[in-house]
Amino acid sequence: MNAASAIPTMDLNRNHAEEGRAVRIAVKDLNFYYGSFHGLKNVNINFHDRQVTALIGPSGCGKSTLLRCFNRIYSLYPEQRAEGEILLDGENILDPSVDLNELRSRIGMVFQKPTPFPMSIYDNVAFGLRLYEKLPKAELDMRVEESLRKAALWDEVKDKLRQSGTGLSGGQQQRLCIARTVAQRPEVILFDEPTSALDPISTGRIEELIEQLRDEFTIVIVTHNMQQAARISQFTGFMYLGQLVEFGPTNRMFMNPTEQRTQDYITGRFG
Amino acid sequence: MDAANPIGAAEAAPRRGGRVRPGRRIADRLLRTACLAATIVGAGVLGSILLMLIVQGVRGFTPTLFTNPTPGPGSEGGGIANAILGSLVLTGIGIVVATPVGVMAGTYLAEYGRYSKLAGLIRFLNDILLSAPSILIGLFVYTLMVRPMGTYSGWAGGVALAIIAVPVIVRTTEDMLRLVPGTLREAGAALGAPLSKVIISVTWRAASAGIVTGIILALARIAGETAPLLFTALNNNSWFSPDLIGGVANLPVMIYQFALSPYPNWQGLAWAGALLITATILVLSIIARLVIKPQMSR
Amino acid sequence: MPTLTETIAFARPRAAAVRKGPSRSLDSLFRGCAYGAALLVLVVLAGILGSILYGGWPAFREFGFAFLTSSAWNVGTEQYGALVAVIGTVASATLALVIGVPVSLGIAIFLTQLCPGWARKPVAMTIELLAAVPSIIYGMWGLFVFAPLFARFVQIPVSNLVEGMPVIGTLFYARVPSGVGVLTAGIILAIMIVPFIASIARDMLDQIPTVLRESAYGIGCTTWEVVRHVLVPQAAVSIIGAIMLGLGRALGETMAVTFVVGNANRLSASIFDPSSTIASRIANEFNEADGLQLNALMALGCILFVITFVVLIVARLLTRRVKAA
Repeated sequence: MNAASAIPTMDLNRNHAEEGRAVRIAVKDLNFYYGSFHGLKNVNINFHDRQVTALIGPSGCGKSTLLRCFNRIYSLYPEQRAEGEILLDGENILDPSVDLNELRSRIGMVFQKPTPFPMSIYDNVAFGLRLYEKLPKAELDMRVEESLRKAALWDEVKDKLRQSGTGLSGGQQQRLCIARTVAQRPEVILFDEPTSALDPISTGRIEELIEQLRDEFTIVIVTHNMQQAARISQFTGFMYLGQLVEFGPTNRMFMNPTEQRTQDYITGRFG
Repeated sequence: MDAANPIGAAEAAPRRGGRVRPGRRIADRLLRTACLAATIVGAGVLGSILLMLIVQGVRGFTPTLFTNPTPGPGSEGGGIANAILGSLVLTGIGIVVATPVGVMAGTYLAEYGRYSKLAGLIRFLNDILLSAPSILIGLFVYTLMVRPMGTYSGWAGGVALAIIAVPVIVRTTEDMLRLVPGTLREAGAALGAPLSKVIISVTWRAASAGIVTGIILALARIAGETAPLLFTALNNNSWFSPDLIGGVANLPVMIYQFALSPYPNWQGLAWAGALLITATILVLSIIARLVIKPQMSR
Repeated sequence: MPTLTETIAFARPRAAAVRKGPSRSLDSLFRGCAYGAALLVLVVLAGILGSILYGGWPAFREFGFAFLTSSAWNVGTEQYGALVAVIGTVASATLALVIGVPVSLGIAIFLTQLCPGWARKPVAMTIELLAAVPSIIYGMWGLFVFAPLFARFVQIPVSNLVEGMPVIGTLFYARVPSGVGVLTAGIILAIMIVPFIASIARDMLDQIPTVLRESAYGIGCTTWEVVRHVLVPQAAVSIIGAIMLGLGRALGETMAVTFVVGNANRLSASIFDPSSTIASRIANEFNEADGLQLNALMALGCILFVITFVVLIVARLLTRRVKAA
């Protein structure tokens, strides 16, 4: 096989066959444009149920762009558009008839910088819940506590739920955002470089948390930190210049990549 | 001493006795003095105005000032209670009408219209309306309301003030909403919240201090406006009727008429009113600046 | 050949149950309200222009182009012309710029370059508060405090000095040295526009990278040279925009001018003599006006609209270009 011109689809099918795991999201011939700039070129990739998939690659390679397609958050900006298919449980979410708000309630996202809303810790977590579920007070309390526990934040904030979420430390804020996302019980959680603004200790806690969340959620994480990808993911996709260069189980990607470019990136020759 | 010493040359201040020619030093000294003088003149004028208002106005602060309506020409006594109440009512109408319109328009420009040409045009024209002569707004409201209704009214005055307040609120609302980081909007949208919900619960809240500042600034701006009231609310020497039809007493027009009148009693009341209104507006402006500070430093 | 989709075994087939989300109609209602409010700004501006055009039309029809060139303003004979008021408006606003711009720039330079750190905030606040003082208060200060001093210490000595001299003798001679007149109006207007120009100029000077300033000082420049060769060229366009903005305000200012301009309909070459501006004439006469006089005042309003809006549009274009760069 000619490495330079290989179409990722081939690898993809093989991986899929190798692993034999169920797929949550299938991306088919995805192209993405920022105005006239071609940001993603013919991307094909599958994401597996209740696994962590890491997207790695140098800055500007399109890994965040790909992530932002899954909840169509890009559509806030009129000059950005995606073409192709993204199948979530078989349904094409790029279809114009898809209700974006409903889609986004099923696919949660955690951002690079913590984004606590200017309201109390409790209201932050309850924000998404109140939108889609009319719960009695007691049940709402329960769900908020459950979410904060899942985000490993409950013990730190249980006595100050009425205080503003913006008063927490950076790491706590990020876990608050994870709690807010988890509260909606989404099917997929997208992480966009969730630890790049955090110190090493907070980073460690978030990584542990992602490990635990894997039991319940399908997780896609964009990271510029290869060690992080190696530590927490089961699958890794390497992207470069808007293309998916290689995709496979994390172990194989890091030990024995097929592509020269992957090899070069992982060994630190560029990026 | 050697001015060519390269380390010495890196000092911020010009070196005395070095190679700075006398001409350069004189020009520098002149500029510094002129700038200082300009600043002193500016501050001095403010001081002089405040001094004038206090000296002339304090005498008028009698108990009846706040209880009695304005007296007739040439008569003694009286107060400005009707004008104070009228001004409160007129600015109240103005700000109550202008706040929802201004905040919503500013929200449109910041949240919906970022990429639209129409929004660009509206933003531009709003900036122009911000410094448009207020007397033209008086003429507009005269044609729009006073002439068809056949009478001056507090409603016309309130609408004229609202038209002056709207651009101020639009501008500050838009500016403040733009300071809210885009990731906060994305985070709201990513939870499946419709844009209106994100705006109301997240971005408005994040920008609330700034938006309130804009409203206070607008209030300070319209509280002292005189020109647009001349042809709309006019003035009245008695208590105005509760339906606000007919002339409505208000501080600025009262001050204008009384200050230029030949009656010492009226002049005294004008000074008292001038002190009252200026103090109120300066306090509002200072409050607005104190509110905006934490917002800006974030 | 089977497509990729068919070969994928999805973990969970798409569940039929869809989450019930918040109402969409409320969302579009909110958007509609915001859109309507924004459109209202356009409507108001169009309304202002429309109403004064409508009101002034009879005067334009009656006098035609001569309305602009006639200096008549006679209620008895119903002869009206805009010339005196237009000249008074432009002259007082120009004087305001001539006096106000150097003062504003001086204050901006003082605040950004010379002022010690501890004094910066209180001084800046003092200057900004000048903008908050209502214009009617400036009028009272101008008439009762400034004008008497101005008559005594400027108008009378200068008139005596220049009497009989060619040109200067005409320009600076006060027939009645009462302290009010075009120059007084210009000075009061200058004070009123100083805080606006100074504040924009200060922002512009603050935005210039410190590196640029420090490198200029680093090669041994004096403050004057840094200002002249580094700061002013950098900020020039937007400072001109700020000046135009000040001009726009000065042209349309009403109450302060009405107090101190003298309100005379007389063409005079002396800047010490009383005159009228468009705004002051409208303020003075509108409530008692009727018939053609009312139309003539509205027509004056049209002229003011055109002048100020051209100036303000240029001002906004200039300040905008810098923001974009």
